[in-house]
Amino acid sequence: MEEQFLQKFKEVLEVTDRNLSLSDKFRSYEEWDSLAFLSLIAMIDEEYDVIIDGKDFKQLETVEDIIQAVKERK
Amino acid sequence: MNLQPFSLANKHILVTGASSGIGRSIAIACSEMGASLSITGRNADELEKTLSQLQGEGHRSIKADLNSESDLDSLVNELPELDGVVSNAGINKRTLCKYIKENDLDLIMKTNLTSPILLIKRLLKSKKLNSGASVIFISSIAAYHSSIGDSVYSATKGAIVSYSKVLALELAGSKVRVNTIQPGMIRTSLLENGPLSAEDYEKDEKKYPLGRYGKPEEVAYAAIYLLSDATSWITGTNLVLDGGISLI
Repeated sequence: MEEQFLQKFKEVLEVTDRNLSLSDKFRSYEEWDSLAFLSLIAMIDEEYDVIIDGKDFKQLETVEDIIQAVKERK
Repeated sequence: MNLQPFSLANKHILVTGASSGIGRSIAIACSEMGASLSITGRNADELEKTLSQLQGEGHRSIKADLNSESDLDSLVNELPELDGVVSNAGINKRTLCKYIKENDLDLIMKTNLTSPILLIKRLLKSKKLNSGASVIFISSIAAYHSSIGDSVYSATKGAIVSYSKVLALELAGSKVRVNTIQPGMIRTSLLENGPLSAEDYEKDEKKYPLGRYGKPEEVAYAAIYLLSDATSWITGTNLVLDGGISLI
């Protein structure tokens, strides 16, 4: 799932020049903004049928944290 | 000359969505200006909290989900004749246009547009609006001030303004006035539970020419103005209250 998620997240952010890694602090990405946030939440909902509410999302720091949050809600 | 033009004494006012945020603040402020209130909302406990904060007497709380036809019927049956209505209940669920789900679209449209329209219809049919009554819809600057993910919410907030202007025209003969209030970002618990971090909001707040977001009571003061006899000759208008954000 990790590889697939990294790929999907990359598409959400429209990153083409590098690969993302699990330990990345996604909020420090240059591409991270409110559009990216809404895209990510919608992508997770569509692909994994999981809804992470805003309050919980605020606690997440790394890409791995997001994946963990998705797994916990599956 | 009326020396207390903003007084709401001897007026009975319905406030929807009164179990939290702006609705609660409007209800409390109206009671402080002498009105008696009927307050409604979906959360019984929170509604009771609002009721306990109202000044004066003659208030009632009626738990109702305005999206439910039977709740709407029983609410209207229980209501006394009204001198004011503040249609405030509303929801938002931010998502990009690309990802809008039909269920969410229906729910937001229903809560923010269809149900307020049907509530007014029922109030009119059952003759619950007194001559001289004032009706207010809480719209939002989102109606024309765009932000990402807010498309459906913005559409409903624009539509309610268009609706209110026709309603104003239709009810002018019976001296019922209809106006809208368009707040910018207001600090409520909705914001605290929202997706953005405190830092995001601080950054956004700095964009406001008056330097900060609005407070719920500031929306309430605008509502008092439009509910009171001070505005007897104002109908079909829209009061923007946004710390100047729509200037930029």
